Amino acid sequence: MSFHPPMAYGATFHRSTRTLAEAGEPFAYTPEQRASFDRIVARYPAEHRRSAVLPALYLVQAQQGYVTANAMRYVAALLGMTAADVEDVVSYYTMFHTRPVGTFVLSVCRTLSCALNGAERVTEEICAALGLKPGETDPTGTFTLVEVECLGACDRAPVVMVNDAWQECLKPEEVSRLIDGLRTRGEAALSGCHHAIEARGATR
Amino acid sequence: MTPPAFEPVLTRHVREPDGFTLDAYLRREGYVGLKKALALSPDQVIDLVKASGLRGRGGAGFPTGMKWQFVDKKSPNPKYLACNADESEPGTFKDHLLMERNPHLVIEGCAIACWAIGAKVAYVYIRGEFFHVQHVFERAIEEAYARGFLGKNVLGSPFDCEVFVHRGAGAYEAGEETALLESLEGKRAQPRNKPPFPAVVGLYNCPTAVNNVETLANVPLILTRGADWFAASGPDRNGGPKLYCVSGHVKRPGVYEAPMSVTLRELVESYAGGVPDGRTLKAVIPGGSSVPILLPDQLDAEASFDGVQKAGSLLGSAGIVVLDDSTCMVWLAENLLHFYRHESCGKCTPCREGTDWLHKILRKIERGDGQMSDLDLLSSISGNVAGKTLCAFGDAAVTPVLTTLKHFRHEYEAHIREGRCTLPAPWRGRRPAGAHGMPPRAGLAAGGA
Repeated sequence: MSFHPPMAYGATFHRSTRTLAEAGEPFAYTPEQRASFDRIVARYPAEHRRSAVLPALYLVQAQQGYVTANAMRYVAALLGMTAADVEDVVSYYTMFHTRPVGTFVLSVCRTLSCALNGAERVTEEICAALGLKPGETDPTGTFTLVEVECLGACDRAPVVMVNDAWQECLKPEEVSRLIDGLRTRGEAALSGCHHAIEARGATR
Repeated sequence: MTPPAFEPVLTRHVREPDGFTLDAYLRREGYVGLKKALALSPDQVIDLVKASGLRGRGGAGFPTGMKWQFVDKKSPNPKYLACNADESEPGTFKDHLLMERNPHLVIEGCAIACWAIGAKVAYVYIRGEFFHVQHVFERAIEEAYARGFLGKNVLGSPFDCEVFVHRGAGAYEAGEETALLESLEGKRAQPRNKPPFPAVVGLYNCPTAVNNVETLANVPLILTRGADWFAASGPDRNGGPKLYCVSGHVKRPGVYEAPMSVTLRELVESYAGGVPDGRTLKAVIPGGSSVPILLPDQLDAEASFDGVQKAGSLLGSAGIVVLDDSTCMVWLAENLLHFYRHESCGKCTPCREGTDWLHKILRKIERGDGQMSDLDLLSSISGNVAGKTLCAFGDAAVTPVLTTLKHFRHEYEAHIREGRCTLPAPWRGRRPAGAHGMPPRAGLAAGGA
């Protein structure tokens, strides 16, 4: 008897999807970013500077939108790590981009509570409105769509994270209005997190 | 039915506009617990927490006082506190509320915990997606420093305490305590072998206590109101106020605070208003996606650690997901295995490969291409993942498969017999699941997302 049960694997199953990170322009922090970096790295013991790798990569992403191979080498040198160590981290965590992304990254929560409230429909409506598939950026470079796992706001499902801001309770039929709003008003078009809104509402 | 009368203590002021500020917090006995703790010796604080019976709110329900006592005080190395704010269990959103609307309670809890275990530094590991929460929380920390509740010589005592926020970057596994420490050390969030436990060899190989946000938020209350009050508010061995997150098919999803004597039925039907009109309750997941499903006739169980366990499930992180009769259970298992497949850290082969196999088979069945032998295959793969991994992720990942197979095998069989999903709901996508293509998995592909 075969050790392995018969399974219909796809043709690409054992093929690695790993791609080399784009080299990009030579990278260095701006003086302000460097100051933030110095402030953050001081939070960790001097012999464990490596702990600051996630914040350091966030600073890279804030500066140039995504993380390039040159930026990884720069961060590695700052923290006393190897470039491979940094790439190891970058490729593990989902919030780092290694390719250019749109001005607005729409991260639709697809996990259970959001899906029970229509997240699959929301994704489809965004796909239809922008003419793209999850993981893609539209030709104008304005929107990138990704499906993400639970965002931790299941009571306000479906939730979409736009860059670092939130849109809660997004109904499929409101998708096109949200996209128009983002185009004209930017992140101001988003609902934000309800906790603060409800508290503000209490004063009215 | 209306919710029974109960005085919420963790969430009482969360709807007040300025409820999160230090001034408002000081008006309601803020940092009195810290003052009381500093008047006691660290061991006395630990004894008090032990006497209260506080059990960890992150999922395992381990007694907090015992965890602190295990921290190796004799070690010459510095001690650390890691506050686990990587709230990622599907269906859970209580720490989100606490950190955003009652941050000083959590900060005070961190300071008291540091005093108890002899730590000078606490790292609050917050998930990367909670950026707006982090903003509020960091401002609260600054306020606390400015008024001398943190920093050098806290409240004029010789005790120094620093609290830093560390932002994660999108990894469910970082919520596992040793994976959290790895991530804090600037590595991939992958679990370590245990033992040694973090209390002995934790962050930077130093003794470390890892506590959930809600656990630490309960600590100041034990100091101000006493261990007896805490133990008495709730059933035996399950004392203290508890936050329940109710989501899914309910009229009023949200965070509800109750003593653990509340039943699951009260939470679902009174607090959260029950399922929408015209639908009937099909099943409830009582403690985040990683625990077995309970059926409507099992909901009279007490929503305590022990009560839910007696009913055949686990309280876990108290993320209650309610499913009505429009939910296809094969779809549900596929949805959750997509999650586990994506979030498996890849360190242990059974979990890394097993979650992918399970998801592929479930997707096939859900699309109507399954065969009856797949059902045994699902059970056999699950059996080869559970208990064979470094952390509890493996057990958690196979639970949705095993529990739906146990209670809803007929739905699987109907899918296979009829060659289609037998329960397509209007809230589901028009295209079959997975038709968008499979996103690359964390750790296996550059490019993230």
